[in-house]
Amino acid sequence: MGFYLSFGTVLLLLAITAPTALAFGFGGAAAARSGFLPLRWFGKTYIAVVRGVPDIAFFLFFVIALDQGFEYVRHQIYCPDWDQPIRQGSDFVVCKAAKLPLSSSPQWVHEVYGFFTAVLTFAIVFGAFAANVLYGAMRAVPHGQVETAQAYGMTNRQTFWRITVPQMWVYALPGLSNLWMVLIKATPLLFLLGVEDIVYWARELGGSKTPRYTAYPHGDWRLWYFLGLLVFYLAFTKISEFFLSKLMKRLTHGQATLGGTS
Amino acid sequence: MNECLTTIGDYGLRAVGIGERLLPKTDFTLCQHFTLIGSGMIWNIYFGAIALVIGFVLANAIALAKASRYPFLSIPANWFILLFRGSPLFIQFFLAYFLFLNLKQSFPMFSWFTSAWAGALVVLFLNTAAYSAEIFYGALQSVPRGEVEAADAYGMSGWKRFIRVIWPTSMRLAWPAYTNEAIFLFHATTLVFFSGFPAWQQRGDALYYANYFADKTFNPFIPYPILAGYFILLTLIIVGIFGLINRRLNRHLPQSARIKRPRMPLIR
Repeated sequence: MGFYLSFGTVLLLLAITAPTALAFGFGGAAAARSGFLPLRWFGKTYIAVVRGVPDIAFFLFFVIALDQGFEYVRHQIYCPDWDQPIRQGSDFVVCKAAKLPLSSSPQWVHEVYGFFTAVLTFAIVFGAFAANVLYGAMRAVPHGQVETAQAYGMTNRQTFWRITVPQMWVYALPGLSNLWMVLIKATPLLFLLGVEDIVYWARELGGSKTPRYTAYPHGDWRLWYFLGLLVFYLAFTKISEFFLSKLMKRLTHGQATLGGTS
Repeated sequence: MNECLTTIGDYGLRAVGIGERLLPKTDFTLCQHFTLIGSGMIWNIYFGAIALVIGFVLANAIALAKASRYPFLSIPANWFILLFRGSPLFIQFFLAYFLFLNLKQSFPMFSWFTSAWAGALVVLFLNTAAYSAEIFYGALQSVPRGEVEAADAYGMSGWKRFIRVIWPTSMRLAWPAYTNEAIFLFHATTLVFFSGFPAWQQRGDALYYANYFADKTFNPFIPYPILAGYFILLTLIIVGIFGLINRRLNRHLPQSARIKRPRMPLIR
């Protein structure tokens, strides 16, 4: 049962992460082209650092770092009169009220919290990729459009929201659809973040079973489970490809680009 | 300072099994972090460099097969590319590991491939060959028609035309994208020891050691930034080397056409 549910976990992760990452990306891209210098630096550093380092390192890093960050903030709020240091040797000690999730909370809260940090991690990493795509797309909007808007007396903010943002999506779509493919292929990494996803179940269920422990004894089936996962991902990629090409056709219809001239 | 030199002597080649056997257990110093994670980079470079070099040859063969007009060549090439580009590398590693485990029971010669140094290398090699083949195929398709016609006019045909005109031009076109693929590949090598392949006697790659430290100290803020630093350095070196090759490939062109900045990679 858990095995079938875990496919749902993967789909749910994709459904939540994609819009969140897009929002992060939009923020990053807007920051990277902001007129305010520190904000621009922040946006550009965010994009450059996340893209230069292996993603899996980020996944492993953020899961602990986010957890500790949340607990640290809660520690400051809930236990202001705590006088011991938080890092004691190789332990990270916060007061009981600041623990996340609370040690008294039921199992499903722990699972939801684990899933939540995983989503946030994915969103941060893929947000940087999306930011890069959107940054390029914003610059691809024909300059004449922006100049016309300024000639009409629009402020920078109005130009951005009324001219640049509505038009950039066509230019962003090829990059974003590529990103979606990459995101699909990154979901098995959930396993490393401690979420019980399909990779976890494939290992569990496929492992050797003996009559002593289970009613369904069998040999090592992990090979077949992973073959199944491979087929699942191949099919998923193919289906996405089909729908994205349809979407592209729709969006470019009537646009003054090579794809839309017909 | 001297203490650090001893640490480097003890652990500098730990990832390949030379030096101190036991990993440090408590009281980790910054020097130990740098040394062990750096020692793990040996594996990342080993996997990346070898897979890249032999993958390059196979990728050219597959790209040619895909562009071939004979279906018995182009159909298998298409399937190969779809299989390796359409599925997650992580799953490929798992699948290959269990496949080799099963094969080992019937054919003892496969026992090599259940260890990371050979098994993971095979997967990385096939994977990068598939991604590069797609890049090279695209480049082959966009070789300017005029160049091929010029070659015809000079009386070249077949193999000679391919090796003197078509292939060099396609490499020039493919090079910026191929640089990306190389950076990708080096980033992908970090997955090896998290995907079934065991790290024998704790000889792992850079991320394996970074993860070891993070698990032991419960402090991710030291090992992972060190790892990130090493990888940014590696990326810069790759970009530098590929840039030199690119310059050599385009040395007959006017200066402005030479400068093509490779974009930083996505992940796979």
